[in-house]
Amino acid sequence: MNKMISSVSPHFHQPRTTRTIMLDVIIALAPAVIASVIFFGLRSLLVIVDCVAVAIAAEWGFEKLCKKENTVGDLSAVVTGLILALNLPVDIPLWQAALGSLIAIVVVKQLFGGIGQNFANPAATARIVLLTAFSGTMTSWAVPKAFEMLPDTTTGATPLTLMAKGDTANLPSYLDMFLGNTGGCLGETSALALVLGGCYLLARRVITWHTPVAFIGTVALMSLVCGKDVLAQVLSGGLIIAAFFMATDYSSTPATKWGKVIFGVGCGLITILIRFWGNFPEGVSFSLLIMNILTPYIDKLTRAKPLVGEVDE
Amino acid sequence: MRLKGIKVPHKKNTADCAPERIPVPKQVTIPMSMHIGRPAKLIVKRGDEVKVGQKIAEADGYISAPIHSGVSGKVQKIEEMMTAMGFKVPMAVIETDGLQEVSPEVKPPDVHDLTSFVEAVRESGSVGLGGAGFPTFVKFSINGDLSVVKAVVINAAECEPYITSDTRTLIDRADEVFEGIELLKKYLLGKRFIIGIENNKPEAIAKAQELAAKTEGVEVKVLPAMYPQGGEKVLVYNTVGKMIPKGGLPLDVGVVVINVTTLAFIANYIKTGMPLVEKCLTVDGSAVKEPKNLIAPIGTSIADVLEAAGGCKAEPAKVLYGGPMMGIAVPDLSAPIMKNTNAIVAMDEKEAKPPKTTACINCGACLNHCPLRLDPRAIARAYKLDAAEDLQTLCVDLCMECGCCSYVCPAKRHLVQTNKLAKAKLREYLAKQKAEKEGAK
Repeated sequence: MNKMISSVSPHFHQPRTTRTIMLDVIIALAPAVIASVIFFGLRSLLVIVDCVAVAIAAEWGFEKLCKKENTVGDLSAVVTGLILALNLPVDIPLWQAALGSLIAIVVVKQLFGGIGQNFANPAATARIVLLTAFSGTMTSWAVPKAFEMLPDTTTGATPLTLMAKGDTANLPSYLDMFLGNTGGCLGETSALALVLGGCYLLARRVITWHTPVAFIGTVALMSLVCGKDVLAQVLSGGLIIAAFFMATDYSSTPATKWGKVIFGVGCGLITILIRFWGNFPEGVSFSLLIMNILTPYIDKLTRAKPLVGEVDE
Repeated sequence: MRLKGIKVPHKKNTADCAPERIPVPKQVTIPMSMHIGRPAKLIVKRGDEVKVGQKIAEADGYISAPIHSGVSGKVQKIEEMMTAMGFKVPMAVIETDGLQEVSPEVKPPDVHDLTSFVEAVRESGSVGLGGAGFPTFVKFSINGDLSVVKAVVINAAECEPYITSDTRTLIDRADEVFEGIELLKKYLLGKRFIIGIENNKPEAIAKAQELAAKTEGVEVKVLPAMYPQGGEKVLVYNTVGKMIPKGGLPLDVGVVVINVTTLAFIANYIKTGMPLVEKCLTVDGSAVKEPKNLIAPIGTSIADVLEAAGGCKAEPAKVLYGGPMMGIAVPDLSAPIMKNTNAIVAMDEKEAKPPKTTACINCGACLNHCPLRLDPRAIARAYKLDAAEDLQTLCVDLCMECGCCSYVCPAKRHLVQTNKLAKAKLREYLAKQKAEKEGAK
């Protein structure tokens, strides 16, 4: 007689796996990748391939070295590489981009125990490291090439830098900012592409609305309160990519609904603080990192009370 | 507000299959523990002749249940055997003679008040037929004031995939269900009866509504098909809006919960005196050739039951007592049908293959789907760290092991299993603490 499988219930599982979730994120980032190629040319593809390839190699290499189970198949390294690439300027030297990927995977993710264990967002942290180490190349913004012929293309500054300098006269139009026809990182300029991808993630229930709405809502509200250009603040910088793709990273953000709201509001407030009163024109990455550190506390604070029931007196 | 739950595939392939009685098996094996509580004490010995309905074991202690034979024949042997639940109990192996002669013991009980009704239910060997196997009479044993019973919830939710035996009870034996309601009205002085049923059983709902319209005090509550709708705590909350307290009973919130098939059985027993000797069960799963509902004497081997369902179209790789969400995998096909077996699910290799477990990605799906709002992720962490106090704060002892967390986990982690282990760890810790306290005195 053949030996029958004996296992603990349940004996049914939903089809979703870590791999399908990561695949959904990759699909959701596709519009942003396409937008980056349209606006910044084929070199953006080179940066993306560079980051993704190094991320995969770093994951594989580290796990090989430490004799850990190979997890390249779960596609999380691809997602990390992809998000990091979309957070870099198009003209960044390839070795710097590669270094960023290496830091994201090895230092931020693997050294803390691999997938699910990293307390900080790998892409955001790597971006901050690059920004501090190579502030020159990390803030030299290419002019979008696609519409070079058009008269209203921006010069080599991002809308946020312009706003920080008080140079509102040279701000691109809202439409350009919405489409992505402005200076900035590869994947952060096109709000349209990012929102499309974000909606896909919402529809697939990979993420919930709480974080993006709280994050973007706080930035909009605070801009209004501070008398700034609300639309320009929302459409520029890394806000939208962070709100949909980075502040929703499972490992480094709260899992409860209220936790997600607090996380989003916190990120929004810190972003505003840095943008309006800080030294940097952009504060999204820093806000993510700071809120990442608070995540375990937020999670604990917002944990649902188990339904222990009440006795009728 | 409703409790959280999950959508599972229904697979109610057998909803239209009226139960068929299987041919009398050559041999039955009746375990002495088919209920929550102490195993029953055997009163027959090797070589004794038994008839259908004859009592073969007495209840041992208060929370226990007597056991009767479902076949006529001869006790071939009595031996200790391992059950699928993992402990050893005596089992009576009866060789059948195929005559199915009814024992003279079988006669309608004399029932005239609550005490005699409870005694009759106890003697019937009735246990919760929905799967839990809790002795039924305990639910009716109310000392003193019967006004504490505000409502009787009749559980016909049947939220597990595949299983349709309770659905069939409502379709085929609705009269007996309503006779049972009349009995509870008479002896338990119940005034409000709620039949809780999931909305994916239109025929059963129609039948229940038709009869409810003619009966005073009965409402049919159609609930969304959301697992674990039939879990006692979930059903009580979703029907009367009250949460059974931790470690408490439905009666603590003024409710008596009874499975629909159990109720129909009790009505039948009071009428005929035939104790619980056979079970209607759904036989389904990817390995079963002709999924159907079957009526089998208790003790029939799973192999005989599968044979009656046309055999297997594929080698069964995993066979379950009950449905895929909470069912227990049996070690081999000689395992017997028990009182609380409402389904046999036989899975082929593809369906049975456990998914690969990967690292937790902290997505929170488990805690966002727990009907009792537990945090399986935190429980797993506390268990790993051996932090019994944390397990207590996290209320792991509340877990009803419904399996929602494991079902939704994208990393396919064994969360229910960890919860079970964590519960044991917490029990151990609390016992130790209690002993220390007593030692200090």
